[in-house]
Amino acid sequence: MELDTGAAAWVLASSALVLFMTPGLALFYGGMTRSKNVLSMLMMNFYCMGIVPLIWALVAFSLAFGAVGNGGLIGDFDFVGFRDVGVGLPPGYEWLTIPFILFAAFQLTFAVITPALMSGAVADRMKFTAWALFVPIWLVLVYTPVAHWVFGGGWLAERGALDFAGGAVVHINAGAGALALVLILGPRRGWPREAMPPHSLPLTLLGTGILWFGWFGFNAGSALAADGVAASAFMNTFLAASAGMIAWIGVETWKAGTPTTLGAASGAVAGLVAITPCAGFVGGMDPIIIGFLAGVACFFAIEMKFKLGYDDSLDVVGIHLVGGLVGSVLLGLFADLDVNPAGADGLFYGGGWSLLGEQILAAVVVLAFSFGVTWVIVKVLDTTIGIRSTEEDERQGLDLTQHAEAAYNLADYT
Amino acid sequence: MKLITAIVKPFKVDDVKAAMKDAGVAGMTVTQVQGFGRQGGHTEVYRGAEYTVDFVPKVSLEAVVDDDDVERITDVIVEAARTGKIGDGKVWVTDVDRLVRIRTGEMGADAV
Repeated sequence: MELDTGAAAWVLASSALVLFMTPGLALFYGGMTRSKNVLSMLMMNFYCMGIVPLIWALVAFSLAFGAVGNGGLIGDFDFVGFRDVGVGLPPGYEWLTIPFILFAAFQLTFAVITPALMSGAVADRMKFTAWALFVPIWLVLVYTPVAHWVFGGGWLAERGALDFAGGAVVHINAGAGALALVLILGPRRGWPREAMPPHSLPLTLLGTGILWFGWFGFNAGSALAADGVAASAFMNTFLAASAGMIAWIGVETWKAGTPTTLGAASGAVAGLVAITPCAGFVGGMDPIIIGFLAGVACFFAIEMKFKLGYDDSLDVVGIHLVGGLVGSVLLGLFADLDVNPAGADGLFYGGGWSLLGEQILAAVVVLAFSFGVTWVIVKVLDTTIGIRSTEEDERQGLDLTQHAEAAYNLADYT
Repeated sequence: MKLITAIVKPFKVDDVKAAMKDAGVAGMTVTQVQGFGRQGGHTEVYRGAEYTVDFVPKVSLEAVVDDDDVERITDVIVEAARTGKIGDGKVWVTDVDRLVRIRTGEMGADAV
């Protein structure tokens, strides 16, 4: 189609907004670590901004978005080295109204944050060299096929599963990968006996604000147009985040007696995660219900790690996997063709059970695939180079031992 | 000469400092410290996980004074720091054998 300058302008801005989420995520997580590990957490996230774009341009974009609409398992090598990725639209992408290279840039920002999400689970104990190898391998073997199935017109999309901005591709995918990672990595030494409280909740709250801000690009930008669907996605994102926050602090006040800032931040993120697959397909008061249910579900989900004994340090499983599942499945109930004619009707809007079935199938398949392949990748890395820092390094902190730096040199004598 | 050490609640530091200055104390050293006494620690909750924090933040004030002033200044500190609630802190006094003012080399009581 014709280039639409409005659409191009909005997707350009959205790409920058989504990229900004990764440093936001870094602060969100970094505030929750102990002060000896904050740089390590920031570095794991910033590293994704360094390595992922290179792998994306070389091969990953082609594997995810080549052979578009083939209903298949993975793309092809047509766009390797960004061949034919320019202003014009290649076959299969004639429907775009933005330059093709902008589409590649927008999708890149999603590929940057998805592996970064997993860093919260492995906080305080994973060797940086292991992370440095894990990210590009995971991007190629896990992210690109899943992105192809859902965003690239692969088999799940062809069956009719909906995912507006990445409930399955980003959140279920990263959450399931995080679970496999921590099961092999093992708990932090001393967990859960020793207290490991967040060292700076102001950083976490600042990170939450940046995430919320960037999420407007993530969801409303996924309309790939500056139109009514984008505007609906924008408002839905807003309402779900707010509902998630209010739900979380409500439940924790009822359960523990005190509303906490960490609870407010966690609830907002839970709402944002859950609305991600739904953003451009639902309307009315439904995003409030989705955000609210996500806030409640994720609050209870984070208790699982204590019962089952896995140290998902900053609750990537409890918030991203569970929030992603909640949103992806609820879309089967709340999707409404009146909001977006390119979507479908869910169970509550006269669409019957078929969409719900596809949503559940897609969620389960992505969960299982990501968990399984991530498990194999991490096992191989663990038996070859080792993924766990030494006990001494872990006690001393990863900032000093992995990066030879300290985050807070508060005294000006040494 | 004696060293007076007072462990007080952080929000009482300004009151204690002012009272000590009014009582003629010419200098002091203040340190943020953590510890516990009868007050014990407190509980913090992060995402539903409860942690017991044993050490409570306090402020330690130290001043060296003349033998004659010890009792008066100790009383002033106790009065300024007291809230009557648990956790008000403690004051103790120790002997100082030798004291030198670095700039002038003055020794003993002259250096107070």
